[in-house]
Amino acid sequence: MDLGGINPAVLIASLMVASVPIILAAIGELVVEKAGVLNLGVEGMMIMGAICGFATAVGTGSPFLGFIGGAAGAAALSLVFAVLTQVFLANQVATGLALTLFGLGLSSMIGQGYVGIKPPATGDVPFGPLEDIPFFGTVLFSHDWVVYLSIAIVAAVWAVLKFTRTGLILRAVGESHDAAHALGYKVVRIRVLAILFGGALAGMGGAYVSLIRVPQWTDGITAGAGWIALAIVVFASWKPWRVLLGAYLFGGITVLQLNLQAAGATIPVEYLSMSPYLITILVLVIMSSGKGKAALNAPASLGQNFHASR
Amino acid sequence: MKRRTILKGGAALGFASMLGGKMALAQGLEKAKVGFVYVGPIGDGGWTFQHHQGALAVQEAYGDKVEIVWQENVPEGADAERVLTQMALSGCNIIFTTSFGFMDPTNAVAAKFPDIKFEHATGYKRDHANVSTYNARFYEGRAVQGHIAGKMTKSNKIGYIASFPIPEVIMGINSYYLHAKKANPAVELSIVWAFTWFDPAKEADAAKALIDQGVDVIASHTDSTAPLAEAAKTNGAVIGFGQASDMAEYKPSPRVSSIIDNWAPYYVKRVGALLDGTYAQADAWEGIAGGEVEIGEITDAVPADVKAEAEAMRDAIAAGTYHPFTGPINKQDGSAWLAEGATAPDGDLLGMMFYVEGITGEIPS
Amino acid sequence: MVRLEKRPSPSAFWQWATPVLAVVLTMIAGGIMFALLGKNPVEAIRTIFWDPLFNEQFASYSRPQLLVKAGPLILIAVGLSLGFRAGIWNIGAEGQYIMGAIFGAGVGLALYPVETRWVFPLMIVAGVFGGWLWAMIPAILKTRFNTNEILVSLLLVYVAQNILASMSVGLLRNPEGGGFPGSRNLSQIPAMANPELIPGTGMHWGVVAAFVVVIAAYVMLQRHILGYQIKLTGQAPKAARFAGVSPARLVLLCMGISGALAGAAGLFEVAGPSGQISIDFNVGYGFTAIIVAFLGRLNPIGILLAGLLMALTYIGGELASFMLALPSAAIQAFQGMLLFFLLAVDLLTNYRIRFGAKREVA
Repeated sequence: MDLGGINPAVLIASLMVASVPIILAAIGELVVEKAGVLNLGVEGMMIMGAICGFATAVGTGSPFLGFIGGAAGAAALSLVFAVLTQVFLANQVATGLALTLFGLGLSSMIGQGYVGIKPPATGDVPFGPLEDIPFFGTVLFSHDWVVYLSIAIVAAVWAVLKFTRTGLILRAVGESHDAAHALGYKVVRIRVLAILFGGALAGMGGAYVSLIRVPQWTDGITAGAGWIALAIVVFASWKPWRVLLGAYLFGGITVLQLNLQAAGATIPVEYLSMSPYLITILVLVIMSSGKGKAALNAPASLGQNFHASR
Repeated sequence: MKRRTILKGGAALGFASMLGGKMALAQGLEKAKVGFVYVGPIGDGGWTFQHHQGALAVQEAYGDKVEIVWQENVPEGADAERVLTQMALSGCNIIFTTSFGFMDPTNAVAAKFPDIKFEHATGYKRDHANVSTYNARFYEGRAVQGHIAGKMTKSNKIGYIASFPIPEVIMGINSYYLHAKKANPAVELSIVWAFTWFDPAKEADAAKALIDQGVDVIASHTDSTAPLAEAAKTNGAVIGFGQASDMAEYKPSPRVSSIIDNWAPYYVKRVGALLDGTYAQADAWEGIAGGEVEIGEITDAVPADVKAEAEAMRDAIAAGTYHPFTGPINKQDGSAWLAEGATAPDGDLLGMMFYVEGITGEIPS
Repeated sequence: MVRLEKRPSPSAFWQWATPVLAVVLTMIAGGIMFALLGKNPVEAIRTIFWDPLFNEQFASYSRPQLLVKAGPLILIAVGLSLGFRAGIWNIGAEGQYIMGAIFGAGVGLALYPVETRWVFPLMIVAGVFGGWLWAMIPAILKTRFNTNEILVSLLLVYVAQNILASMSVGLLRNPEGGGFPGSRNLSQIPAMANPELIPGTGMHWGVVAAFVVVIAAYVMLQRHILGYQIKLTGQAPKAARFAGVSPARLVLLCMGISGALAGAAGLFEVAGPSGQISIDFNVGYGFTAIIVAFLGRLNPIGILLAGLLMALTYIGGELASFMLALPSAAIQAFQGMLLFFLLAVDLLTNYRIRFGAKREVA
């Protein structure tokens, strides 16, 4: 099966890998936003995860510990955001942007000794004979463990939000913090935990970039992936599975346009290179006009600070 | 010298020029303050990193006789002009500006400080007597890479990850292709335009796209090691080259050789000339011969005969007996560019906006 | 037990005192960071905050540069603040800034080499139009299809960057530039230039425009019905609808104004300090302006001061970077800290800190 010289199985397999950092960061941010907090500092947390993960993996020789380190580093940074917005009631938009600025600077300082080092390699999960199944072997059984983990996390977040009490409380806090407070829930504590969770996942996304996707450290390695993750959350209208869809769509078009170029397609490159953004917008327009209310799915308290006056 | 008191008052710039006149007399200097303006972070592992290595070499060479200062992450445009002016005000005797986008700011500031020397990398404007330009003939290195690529490819498909459609990049593509073709007439070149100098994830995707298309030798004109890392995942099936820095961590394969930007010889030479009073305006465009372009070690992943041929080509270019653009060469549309035996004039190369015959696709514009 | 009590109205004293407190706290925390990096903290802090303003060697040059750097930030931030007050989130000012520059420069270059004084005003109109047009895309998609404006305006930044790259190597490329990327240098063509109006002050038309816009926005928010509608929509959207405010019209207006101002900023920058369209023409003013808008508490006068403070840290940071060989990353982190402290101590303006047990309320 060939589409203009491009093998669809290989294409799908590539886009699954390309989308992992965005999926992880976006699903984390989704939980944060579900709790009513808008953290625009995803890019800063991702790059902190990228350097902390890299440093840990190089130091310990274990990529797995690297991911833990990346998650911890980014969660620590997100704690700054949590304290500022939840305790000091600072504006969330501005604090998030400042977090990105701070994260970019701090990561570069930590990373000064790590330029030009190769981290320990992460191999693909061995599936034995399954890998040889035509098409599905390439698409489903040729990846490293984080690819599967990212999908599992999406499923878990979906299930928790939909079926559990924890999910219900989280959504209540995001929809109306005053009502949730009146019901006796610790709004601030829940939000801080959500922010830490979002930070940890953004950090894992960053670590995926520096440990697997582009195994190296350089300044600014995440190159704007955090912003795309933010856009994907909105694109998904705060629904977990749509995060996966949005990230695959975006990653898919990015990979496809490069493949089209490599295959010598005659579409002008400048249009190809802006296509991921335009098509994402287009799909969102179709989705929101068709359903009418897709864009109104935002948590009602999103971006508002909570102060228990009573 | 009472720099501070002289500069008091509004017309600081005018005074600064007079002052500079006293400091940079033709007899040379006791001590020179040398400024470097970088477009990226030193930690980029590529372009800026290599310039900073050159700066450190200057310090190493002259010790106490020089003081080096530098500024990273300077955006092109208004910010560059300000950083340059502040460096000039701080008493630098010579300032190297290391990105094409600094061209107009460099010339504008040079006009205000006629006695401070300015050196602009990769540009062509020398509007004032105190502005020099310098560049490196990277296409010479591309020729050696092209030869290795043509010999090494098994699929007869080779790839090139390009940044932006500018002469510098197109020169490299043409040189790479011509020599690959000469080594292996069946070779086909796939070009992917990343439209970025630095985006590791995108570079990795571009490399992967090329590999998916059956390409097994990848050259890149973007700055990160991501394409090599992607090639490394194929367990030796795909090879590539280090770009800007040696990228030795990917030796012996996939990195089979590299083009190293080595600015140290030029920086040391120019600062030396300033110190001993022999400094003169220049338009330097040196390559393998001058040491600006270094061919990183060709590893054992390359068969000995190919390695010997590549090294012979390198030495011939260095000796001046071989020019990578030697006719007959036609343009992509079949029209003649260079006649039999003719070599490309520098002017043609510096404005090169066409592919040579045999490359498919169009240059984006 | 420490607890917070909301003040009936913001404290006038703390409104002025908090920025000072934040700067002092930043000096302490930043000083510790610089000391850890092995630099003299006092010298570093002095270089950042004092030298650009008062150092004899630099100040006469650096002081006017504050205006050059702050001008576009203020111009964009004032526009954004109107929308932010009404809950309309234009995150894509960076893209509108780029498109303003492309449109403005495009008109100017299309007329090249016409030498009349009408060229520059025409370019301003085109720049404003370009930014407005780019902001209308998310605005119309929002009013027509209910598409989220945060996503659309943000993604359009990347599209604008692609167009910019394509323009600098294609349509707008300097035909006399030997194939190199980038347009002609507009600031060197008298009819198109946005020059320094009074030598040694840094004032160019963009800075003038920024001051005018600050005053206009201040007056509008205080006196004009539109200002009232914006404030009402932000505080109580439902009440606003009852009061006859059309949300769609407000979206179009706020997005349009912020886009137009960002476009104007882009035009003034490309024709003046920056000089030409190039691949990396945009340097993040559109994003930094969002921070400036919030630091200024969405108030035009506050934004003016916040813009100047941001500009000071940029220019002082540059000085510190090459004078003391501080990595530019340390300066970035330092700026981040300053923002954190400014945002954190703002609490004191709106809340009183009480010690002692909380009174029980049923």
